Amino acid sequence: MHPAKSVIFFTTGSGAGYGMLIWLAVLSLLGLQPADSIYGLVAFGIAFALVVGGLISSTFHLGHPERALRALSQWRSSWLSREGIAAIVTFAPTGLFALAWVFLNENQSYAVGLGIIGAAMSLITVYCTSMIYGSLKTIPAWFTKWTSIAYITFALMTGAVLLWFVAVIFGLPQANIIGLIALVFVGLGFIIKLKYWHTVDHAPATSTAESATGLGKLGKIALVEAPHSEDNYLLQEMGFRIARKHATKLRKIALVLGFIIPFVLIALAIYGFPQFQLLIAGVAVFSGIVGIVTERWLFFAEAKHVVTLYYGESAI
Amino acid sequence: MTSLPRKPSRVKLGLVIDLDICVGCQACAVNCKEWNTSGHSAPLTDINPYGAGQKGVWYNRIHSFEAVDQETGDSQTINFPKSCLHCEDAPCVTVCPTGASYKRSEDGIVLVNGDICIGCKLCSWACPYGAREYDEIEGVMKKCTLCVDKIYNETLSPSSRVPACVATCPVGARHFGDLGDPHSEISNLVKARGGFALMPEQGTEPVNRYLPPRPKQHQKSTDQSPRSLEHKDTSTDGAGLLARWVDKVLSA
Ligand code: SF4
Ligand code: SF4
Repeated sequence: MHPAKSVIFFTTGSGAGYGMLIWLAVLSLLGLQPADSIYGLVAFGIAFALVVGGLISSTFHLGHPERALRALSQWRSSWLSREGIAAIVTFAPTGLFALAWVFLNENQSYAVGLGIIGAAMSLITVYCTSMIYGSLKTIPAWFTKWTSIAYITFALMTGAVLLWFVAVIFGLPQANIIGLIALVFVGLGFIIKLKYWHTVDHAPATSTAESATGLGKLGKIALVEAPHSEDNYLLQEMGFRIARKHATKLRKIALVLGFIIPFVLIALAIYGFPQFQLLIAGVAVFSGIVGIVTERWLFFAEAKHVVTLYYGESAI
Repeated sequence: MTSLPRKPSRVKLGLVIDLDICVGCQACAVNCKEWNTSGHSAPLTDINPYGAGQKGVWYNRIHSFEAVDQETGDSQTINFPKSCLHCEDAPCVTVCPTGASYKRSEDGIVLVNGDICIGCKLCSWACPYGAREYDEIEGVMKKCTLCVDKIYNETLSPSSRVPACVATCPVGARHFGDLGDPHSEISNLVKARGGFALMPEQGTEPVNRYLPPRPKQHQKSTDQSPRSLEHKDTSTDGAGLLARWVDKVLSA
């Protein structure tokens, strides 16, 4: 599938933003967050900027962005519609939680109640995002429960890493606990990404050139002539191909930058060199961003669509 | 409404394509483009229509496949027209977030309402068959309408009220009718010829059917033809006296 920049930023950015909102609520509930206005402003500011930026960027690839509100109407059947509604509804509790925190210095009692509702709805929103892809039977690499598991884990992982970074900047006494949570989720993310790749690499083919043409009885089917000599929409959108050797290299880059380096750096910042914590955290965040964007690029670029069976693929 | 009609339509209009006689002439694709560029989802825009790298919206595309028998090595070329199959359980309809994609309850035709489509392209991702093409100039999705503006058009003579592709096919490889009626002419044709659906494993329950190529009548006739250009015939069986003598001289 064609890896569109707008969709990569939408899924990674809004995922990280929702992850931060979830941790802000959960950590407040555990009494691990100061009800400080400036800290709240910065943490919520980053979270909402990522969520809103992601949602806006997702409208960039639309043919008619001005009609985007129409996308909220078909929640009965469409995961894209559900995602849009969930995203908008989530703004209410998370927004009120942020207001109480920043303006009333309140992140307990009713405020944390709102925060937890917002956290639950953030989770639902990320799940809906993942199901836009996970519900497409035509793309077997996405049509697996690991798509949703990975999207949710990566949202919690990137959210934790970013919140840890903010906590380090503010020198919060709880920074190390948040760092530890980030560490656990980076480790978990690493395992889940490997599991996802293992699953999709070893899945049996769902469709073949024989089933696509229905001509398997006659023998092995191969394309002799494509219907058009030039490119078309289908090939550009669904026929994106990435060279195998690049895929292998890019997978390594995603693993190293997205998981291994942040893992090592977070551990070092907590246990090794607390005096350089800010610098180390900054590098960890930068590496993590490049890694997760590479991961998401691969998620799209490596996924094959069954329509390519009509254009020369033999099994998908 | 992008949920599918609650009760599946009894009438299921669709196409039956005979792969035995299709010669791959592309006439159906051309006539489709011609009719539909001023039809229901008009226009079918093109980018660089006369230059290099031309690209545009077509509802119907004709592929050519080769089937190679793995035992005998015999091969056969099959021309393979493909357009929307107006699926019963159409995933393109249910994924649509706006309600622009819908399946008509009266005849099962799947259409796009270009006035409300936001051009999110998700429906084209959900279709296994590549039946939906995005119009980059208009920013909306387009697809085969089964010539909905032709088949009910009372200003046309009754015999013309068939999709443009069916009307134009010079060899009669395309048939149109109600596949929901088990006794319709077209349903009988499917039964008689063992018509099949494409990628049934995708669960879309296509309405359109394809008729398989008939078995070759003279299977044996291919036995004497060379399998490939490198084939060397070393036997002199059945050769005349002169030919055998020449063979002997030349092989000496
Ligand atoms: S062929 Fe594709 S576009 Fe047509 S109804 Fe089926 S899924 Fe939808
Ligand atoms: S491109 Fe248009 S018709 Fe297709 S899913 Fe999006 S809104 Fe619906």
